[in-house]
Amino acid sequence: MNLLDVKGLSVEFHGDEGHHQVVRDVSFSIPENKCVALVGESGSGKTVISRAVMGILPAKSRITSGQILFRDNRKNGKQTDIAKLAPAGPVMRAIRGDQIAMIFQEPMVSLSPLHTIGDQISEAAKLHRSVGSKEAVELTRDMLRLVYFPEPERVIRAYPFELSGGLRQRALIAMALICQPTLLIADEPTTALDVTIQAEILKLIKEVQTELNMTLLMITHDFGVVTNMADEVVVVYNGEVMEKGSVEDLFLSPQHPYLKALLNAVPSLSMEPDKRLVPIRPIKPRTHHSDLQPRPAGKTHAFRGAALIQLEGVCKDFTLRNLRGKKLRGMTTALDNVSLTVRKGECLGIVGESGSGKTTASLAMLRAFPLTRGRISYTTEDGPRDIQSFSEKELFQYRKKAQIIFQDPFSSLNPRRTLNEILQEPLVIHRMGDSLSQGARIRELIDLVGLSPRYLRRYPHSFSGGQRQRIGIARALALNPGFLICDEPTSALDVSVQAQILNLLKDLKNELGLTYVFVSHNLAVVDYISDRVAVMCKGKVVEVGPTRQIIDNPIHPYTRALLTAVPEPSLDHKLDFSSLAGTASSDPTQWPSPYRMRYKTVPDLVEIEAEHWVCAPGMESMGDIVGPGGSHI
Amino acid sequence: MPNYILRRLLVMIPTLAAISFLIFFIIELPEGDYISNQIAMLRSTGESASIGRLEYLRTEFALDRPFVERYGIWVGLWPGPNGYDGLIQGNWGWSFEYDQPVGEVVSPTLPLTVALNLASILFVYCVAFPIGIYSATHQYSVGDYSFTLIGYLGLATPNFLLALVLMYLANSWFGLTVGGIMDEHYIGDPMSGAKALSIVAHLIVPVIVIGTSGTAAMIRRLRANLLDEIYKQYVTTARSKGMRESKLLVKYPLRVALNPFIADIGNLIPSLVSGSVIVSVVLNLPTVGPVLLGALQSQDQFLAGFILLFVSILTLFGMLVSDVLLGYLDPRIRLGKEGARQ
Repeated sequence: MNLLDVKGLSVEFHGDEGHHQVVRDVSFSIPENKCVALVGESGSGKTVISRAVMGILPAKSRITSGQILFRDNRKNGKQTDIAKLAPAGPVMRAIRGDQIAMIFQEPMVSLSPLHTIGDQISEAAKLHRSVGSKEAVELTRDMLRLVYFPEPERVIRAYPFELSGGLRQRALIAMALICQPTLLIADEPTTALDVTIQAEILKLIKEVQTELNMTLLMITHDFGVVTNMADEVVVVYNGEVMEKGSVEDLFLSPQHPYLKALLNAVPSLSMEPDKRLVPIRPIKPRTHHSDLQPRPAGKTHAFRGAALIQLEGVCKDFTLRNLRGKKLRGMTTALDNVSLTVRKGECLGIVGESGSGKTTASLAMLRAFPLTRGRISYTTEDGPRDIQSFSEKELFQYRKKAQIIFQDPFSSLNPRRTLNEILQEPLVIHRMGDSLSQGARIRELIDLVGLSPRYLRRYPHSFSGGQRQRIGIARALALNPGFLICDEPTSALDVSVQAQILNLLKDLKNELGLTYVFVSHNLAVVDYISDRVAVMCKGKVVEVGPTRQIIDNPIHPYTRALLTAVPEPSLDHKLDFSSLAGTASSDPTQWPSPYRMRYKTVPDLVEIEAEHWVCAPGMESMGDIVGPGGSHI
Repeated sequence: MPNYILRRLLVMIPTLAAISFLIFFIIELPEGDYISNQIAMLRSTGESASIGRLEYLRTEFALDRPFVERYGIWVGLWPGPNGYDGLIQGNWGWSFEYDQPVGEVVSPTLPLTVALNLASILFVYCVAFPIGIYSATHQYSVGDYSFTLIGYLGLATPNFLLALVLMYLANSWFGLTVGGIMDEHYIGDPMSGAKALSIVAHLIVPVIVIGTSGTAAMIRRLRANLLDEIYKQYVTTARSKGMRESKLLVKYPLRVALNPFIADIGNLIPSLVSGSVIVSVVLNLPTVGPVLLGALQSQDQFLAGFILLFVSILTLFGMLVSDVLLGYLDPRIRLGKEGARQ
């Protein structure tokens, strides 16, 4: 029996430039108690379809044709056509939140900041179940327990800003479940979360689905989530269904060229080491008529290359301040004795969850802030220099050599500057050449990232996310740096665009002899691009080594937990939900011996095998291989 | 919270000291003072009979002393001719122009000033809120555009012009004599129902005149604030629970959009007092505005200083009220400190 039948659904947006069909003749069914995944890139219309089912389409859009038939089990299977109902009318309102509920993508903004969690969760129960406030609190408490909230009593009275992203997502799930809906729509429920939390939330959704006998419509762009959750898959592209079928059929024998291309663009931990991703729209950097000097950096895989940047026992503490900026007693350690080496011509990946200090570590290499303790040296022609000792003038020169590509391509470009001005600014600041040679340089840069010089007069808003990130890369390369920090450059992008950017970065590195520090929370991406990986947790480096060794033979419990939590886009490596370590894995005091860290324990690294170092402070007493610190890796 | 209020009250003391010094300094900036101006005027007309009395007043009010001493005497921190006798001791000063203590000059105007301003604030909020909400929820509709147009007219029309137009219209259409605070034959009568009605009738036009531009500005701001909020994700979340649109609007986006208005209470007071000066002159209303204007013109320094200080105190209390209300309404502010500690 199908719970929901969507037949020939078309949705139209009307804006200033006229009408625009965003969903065209989409048909699919959701069988009862199954999980159907709606997969597509951003802009494919998958979210619009889900909003149409909920009756919460934006004001400027409307359903032009088709049916959304929902079978109401509480009324003997009577079918209602949601497409015909008035979205704000009483019939639709009775279904929405009661029979069909939704979990939203961004837990950070999906809750009202001014109302307590308990108030917001119990609201649906008060609306649909006509319960008193006492019963509502009781129901809320049950729901919070169902989603494993550590302290349901306290959370009822808490405000959203007091909870972390993962906890807020749990609260949203509790909110959606309180009326025990028959259909749950999850719109990218884990995209904004860390990988270990993502795994927990997926596990939770799966559990409640069986416990409450729910049917699930999962909207996602992540094939890893699809293989682990879905029974059936519907692939949408540009508002149309490209392919649909059971998850086995689609993954084992994809028929439609779009789906095949999409599957080829996803990096995966089980990929062949030298296999290249195939982006849907590949670009080729054009360096042929470039005066960019490829540095004789040596072979890519030369791990024993000379150190370019060396971090020795670097510590950074941040003082917590309250709203008025007054000092509080609290201190947070963003970096705790971090020792790392970046070698000339390599790509060092830094992996960790949010708050692990990976971005702080990379920014420290740019001298973005003073260190609390420790030393960062940069190898110049005259030997290593401590970048903290740079004079203002030397620092200015250093800025030319070390550049950064930012995470968010949308907010890191000035919306009031044309592409030309954006690319020219670094050249102007560093007084490189006259305006004529600057113009030539800008055209080179544009070529380098595969954009057309025709775009030079456009403003950032007319570019897509992937194009913007290419602009960000071009800007970072403008000064001909030798060292680039890539701070999660693909986390805001679709998988197909991600493959494009990753290949571009790879090609540029080889052709220009660049050195990268690649910061990411996505292990598959780091695996694809990096030569070596450093895993960070709570400001400490817990494991460093060549990428394959870390992936194939993780030693540290945190690295292991991280790896088991990655949903693989393949049916042979499904997540083992029962073996998830839970939040304990990111708490250094709960790691098993010899990895356990107590307050003030110095995170010393031990060389387990060649080049492969693990943070195991407990092992020192065994009189092992290492001296203190990992500074001479 | 009680601690917070106490702390804020204590902070007010140095703030007031600084404000009073600034006020006194600015008032004294122009050459001379009320007495020296009078003496110069009498000398030029050849009448020198009363100069002696003025000279006496000069020493009596210590106008011949240095600036810092004069300030100290005014506030009551420096012994004057009659010992410590200033604002702190409850002596609000002497008005040379009215030849009366400042308290007696100001006190008859204060009830009307407060009543007029309160009525204006109420008018602003009562009119602006429904219209602002309508404009935001019916963005780009005919109604929204009409209100926008009216709002711009309200912002652009000078208050005194509006006052004159309304005064004429009220008189020719409703037979209301708008000038003054009440019909003339009630002046001097004890308070009665009819007298109160007359006062209310006379307040309507000034309230509209003073409130119009504030209303227009607030409509625009409420509309913009609400438009920012109603497309946010948490509103969609609430909608997905099946809430009625009207209920949802009041509970979520309106609540968030309210913050700037509460934060504004403190700022409203001085702008309403100073904004109503010309209107009060045109409409012949006995508020504190025209008194302040006259005092500043004739350098009647103690009167001007007292009124300015009084408005400052009102503003400070307005700020306190809005901060306390904000803390009460917005948990992010109330719990901010504890939230950061976790």
